[in-house]
Amino acid sequence: MAGAVRIRGLVKDFGPRRVLAGLDLDVAEGEFVALLGRSGCGKSTLLRILAGLDPDVEGTFTVPERVSVAFQQPRLLPWRRVWRNISLGLRGVGRQRDKHRAVAERALAEVRLADHADAWPLTLSGGEAQRVSLARALVREPELLLLDEPFGALDALTRLAMHHLVEQLWREHRPAVLFVTHDVDEALLLADRVVVLDEGRIVAEHHVDLPRPRRRASFADLRVEVLSDLGVDDVEAA
Amino acid sequence: MSAGEKSVSISTAGVVARPESVVPARAPAVKQRKLPDLRRWLSPIGLVLLWQAASSTGVLPPDKLASPATVFRSAYELVVDGQLVDAFLVSLSRVAVGFVIGAVVGGALGLVSGLSRWGERLLDPPVQMLRTLPHLGLIPLFILWFGIGEEPKLALVAAGVAFPLYLNLHAGIRQTDPALLEAARVLGYTRLDRVVHVVLPSAVPQTLVGLRIALGTAWLSLIVGEQINADAGIGYLINNAREFLRTDVVVVGLLVYALLGLSTDALVRALERRVLRWRAR
Repeated sequence: MAGAVRIRGLVKDFGPRRVLAGLDLDVAEGEFVALLGRSGCGKSTLLRILAGLDPDVEGTFTVPERVSVAFQQPRLLPWRRVWRNISLGLRGVGRQRDKHRAVAERALAEVRLADHADAWPLTLSGGEAQRVSLARALVREPELLLLDEPFGALDALTRLAMHHLVEQLWREHRPAVLFVTHDVDEALLLADRVVVLDEGRIVAEHHVDLPRPRRRASFADLRVEVLSDLGVDDVEAA
Repeated sequence: MSAGEKSVSISTAGVVARPESVVPARAPAVKQRKLPDLRRWLSPIGLVLLWQAASSTGVLPPDKLASPATVFRSAYELVVDGQLVDAFLVSLSRVAVGFVIGAVVGGALGLVSGLSRWGERLLDPPVQMLRTLPHLGLIPLFILWFGIGEEPKLALVAAGVAFPLYLNLHAGIRQTDPALLEAARVLGYTRLDRVVHVVLPSAVPQTLVGLRIALGTAWLSLIVGEQINADAGIGYLINNAREFLRTDVVVVGLLVYALLGLSTDALVRALERRVLRWRAR
């Protein structure tokens, strides 16, 4: 299987601080990889580099042609209606408005917001806005989907619903996913592979060979292992 | 009433005003329109009655200030014989032409210096220096450059409009949320897309603030400009009335200025409600 992402010897400095210290990582096509780490371990920086938002790096990396990002904040344009937020930036669908509209409506139906096409983004709840943001990322049919803690700002119940939705969307569209999070459960629920980052380096890697949809009880042992990779040994407290 | 409102516009003419919170927190779904509190009308009506009483008893002589009744009657006569309408149209067209010139200049400069780094480097310093000049103080120069016809009046209005519009448009563009620009970039927007769908819409609230200040300054500039040898317009009406001690006509003229200022302000507010309807409702 050809790789979607190939990273070799990636180094990134912010002034005197080395954020990524010679990182190597491959992601296969259609693979769901979770990047775990404490704040400041360089995981978000890596995502920004792959998204092309931070060109000033050493080392090499290749990404597919179509890359999409969903950020921690939905970052919708408040002055464009929901469906326009999704269809804007869409290329190769032709210029016709009604075609764009149809594509946006299909994408909205996938995130169960079909009746919100004409809403203004500021009238949506946090979870709804984040779903629009997902629909907007997926409508471009990306070969690589970068998720930067997209559930970090949501309440616990909404998060659960979003996990399910993301898994479903990933199964239907099959992009390679690089999913940045600091939530071990979230990573183990969704990812084929969990990569633990510390001080700009990969310090551990776990393949999660469990059937989906997964239950938390099924990965209790793995969870202890990953937490210990993250430097959390007192599992009772975690 | 008019003087108070206009003087506020002077002091803010060169200032970048803040739009009332660009993205407000979610407002209640239905905004209830409150009925105006009628008690607030008690003192204004009382003052007018007091004014009428002072005039009727001769405490306030008509050559200092005509009575409200006389003002009202003169207004009616001026409307009926067409003088007021003619004067109104002349003044209105002066403001309109001056405003368009000022808006085109201020808007173009604001766009260039907002959208391009080099534009900002080259344009912003001189504009920021010039805006510290009180533009009404330019009258002597304008008379020397343009004579005493229509041109100095239009130039004055245009100068009053261009600066506040430039400043607020420029500031509005510069305040664009970098997070939205990033999102647009990774989602494949072209540079033109980003300007049209991200930068310019996000500058609209601030630009509308600039527009309101600009219109206030436009009327103020017109009032001052019409003191220069006007042979038509409301300024002419007022100056003419002064010669004949017609304080009633002077007051009518002032009231028309005030009404014009208020109605253009209301127009911009209506435009705001329409253009900014995406704000949380």
